[in-house]
Amino acid sequence: MMGNLRKMLFGTAMLAATSVASGTAAAKDLTLCWAAWDPANALVELSKDFTAKTGIAMKFEFVPWTSFADRFINELNSKGKLCDLLIGDSQWIGGAAENGHYVKLNDFFAKEGIKMSDFMPATVLGYSEWPKNSPNYWALPAMGDSVGWTYRKDWFSRPELKAEFKKKNGHDLAAPKTWDEFKQVAEFFQGREIDGKKVYGAYIFTERGSEGITMGVTNVLYPYGFKYDDPKNPYHMQGFVNSPDAIKGLEFYKSLYKCCTAPGMTNAYMGEGLDAFKSGQVAMMMNWFAFFPGLYKDPNVGGAKIGFFVNPSARGKGVQLGGQGISVVSYSERKDDALKYIKWFAQPDVQKKWWSLGGYSCHKAVLQDPGFPKSAPFAPDFLKSMEMVQDFWAEPAYAELLLDMQKRVHDYVVADKGTAKEALDQLIVDWEKVFKEEGKLK
Amino acid sequence: MNASSEVTRIAQRAAHATPDSIRRRLRGLSDRTITWLFISPAILLLLAVNIFPLIWTIYLSFTNFKANRASRGSEWVGLDNYRSVLGDPDIWHSMQVTSHFVIWSIAIEVLLGFALALLIDKRFRGHSLWTTVILLPMMLSPAVVGTFWTFLFQPQSGLFNHAVALLTGVDASSFQMIGDVALAPWAIVLVDAWMWTPYVMLICLAGLRSIPDNVYEAAEVDRASTWRQFWTVTLPMVLPFLMLAVLFRAIENFKMFDMVNLLTSGGPGSTTEVVSITLKREAFEKWRTGYSSALAIILFVTVFGAANIYVKALNAVKNR
Repeated sequence: MMGNLRKMLFGTAMLAATSVASGTAAAKDLTLCWAAWDPANALVELSKDFTAKTGIAMKFEFVPWTSFADRFINELNSKGKLCDLLIGDSQWIGGAAENGHYVKLNDFFAKEGIKMSDFMPATVLGYSEWPKNSPNYWALPAMGDSVGWTYRKDWFSRPELKAEFKKKNGHDLAAPKTWDEFKQVAEFFQGREIDGKKVYGAYIFTERGSEGITMGVTNVLYPYGFKYDDPKNPYHMQGFVNSPDAIKGLEFYKSLYKCCTAPGMTNAYMGEGLDAFKSGQVAMMMNWFAFFPGLYKDPNVGGAKIGFFVNPSARGKGVQLGGQGISVVSYSERKDDALKYIKWFAQPDVQKKWWSLGGYSCHKAVLQDPGFPKSAPFAPDFLKSMEMVQDFWAEPAYAELLLDMQKRVHDYVVADKGTAKEALDQLIVDWEKVFKEEGKLK
Repeated sequence: MNASSEVTRIAQRAAHATPDSIRRRLRGLSDRTITWLFISPAILLLLAVNIFPLIWTIYLSFTNFKANRASRGSEWVGLDNYRSVLGDPDIWHSMQVTSHFVIWSIAIEVLLGFALALLIDKRFRGHSLWTTVILLPMMLSPAVVGTFWTFLFQPQSGLFNHAVALLTGVDASSFQMIGDVALAPWAIVLVDAWMWTPYVMLICLAGLRSIPDNVYEAAEVDRASTWRQFWTVTLPMVLPFLMLAVLFRAIENFKMFDMVNLLTSGGPGSTTEVVSITLKREAFEKWRTGYSSALAIILFVTVFGAANIYVKALNAVKNR
């Protein structure tokens, strides 16, 4: 009996010792938080080199895009210690900086010789700086991204379709360069039967709940001349948000939604777009560049069947910035190791490998390499896009501003409520209310 | 041996089993003190998880606090948040959407639920199997129901659209249940009715089974027709149960969030934005904690007040 008791006691002690040991091992892991998508898998692969070099094991917390903001903004607001490193959305930078969620990186960059001039200016402005256009850095540009377009190259190159299109529109069927051309192409394919299947002209973002329709409509609004505020008088929006050109842009987006999208696309974002394109339903798809490496490899619609183009222009050029910077969370207990990761990640060789694995580097050593445009079929368009990106408000109150725009635009475009002018006028009322509460507008 | 002597015996055994040190301490305590000792953990728990959050929410509703910027502190704004909520046309729109959803879903559920209960109450072959089949929807998670109805409502591939097309001859992709401004409010009513009609049926069935057979026998002796029996016996005796079902469903549907959020996210536009979705957006997406606390208190008072009035009516019906 005593023997059994002794065995039990020994077993319990061993179990406790093992638990403590594994607890210690777990505590050593450096946790990186991001969205669950293709580039995150590439980062897991890349980070193995960091572990091999430093002995610091990595742990990853990836959350689907639909709950990405909710999950990690809650984590930051509650001063949670889950994430040591966070690849947060570009619009979070203002709030994260002002609320002390991110560690300011200026001293660290100076000490380690990391220069922001080594990264593409648009990405530094979009992902790292707060206040904007000031040398205050809260993140290292990690994943460059913007909205781009894919199209069915195989359909566009069919002789009978080319001839019919030319006869109808007077120019060649090709990847559109302007929004007017885009609509012609979309209308041409809408409802057409190809290989025995009914297809549709275009896929555009219409999602209501998070950021979808805003990230979609801005790709038309920017080229049409929409501005968030008066460049000479910040936060004053009358005549900029609701300028006649902005109104035309919003009307155009609605006309695209009405004329040329598949039925049922009333609440659709990235995932639904990928499904529509991969299943051969649409001729052209709006989506983030981050998905293009995966699409190019797709056995059904990838390879020679897929083509890419930059966001069409109107009065000018412009496209919605995506992408993220990598930041050290100020509540982390492992800030030193997190900074080691950033130092390692900023190296040109690591950045080159990052691109080769499917991540979009923002480093000039990668993007300005003479071989870059030929490194992937979408690489030249990515470079062009990064030259014309614009971002949504990155203010601390960005979430309120974003939800107001989601509501006004969705109400007008999808729910047929009011006119474009009324939607944009109402948006100004909403945004002015937010900025007044913020004390930025009297 | 009677019951009271058995209780005394158990109490004496428990007293003997109590260690001397504890017995000495308890000897000086009154029955009232011991009662409080026993119920205090439950009361403390209730205070911590129910009463304190409620009082804290009431306090926050008078401030401009923002939970995502707690470090910035907050200011006392008096009744400003309540004025803003009550003067906000978007809130009134959400209330209208909620009312439409609550009224129509309950009307359909009560009618169908009662009809199904009358059917199931008649014993027939396969009666147990059909009861189980009918009850299945209410056993599913609202998240699952929201997700699969989203697929069923897809215009191009959804089973619902194709079933309607088969029955009516219209093109399956010519209408969008959750994307159309006119149809979306009815889509959420339909799904809720599909899910919760069995629940109403179950309560009605309990009511029907509680009616003694001799009441019907007496009615038959009086040569009352089936129709007459329904109006003078069945309906009055089931009415308290029916009213209880309406109360439960009304409270549930007034705060409905998950199913609607998954089906439509409040869209298209704000067509199906029920008040719980607005509250979630204000509280946890826009982080207007003070404003959303005021909205939550207004909703709480509305539901609480309406439920109290309703319960009084229910008691009046029961005491007839």
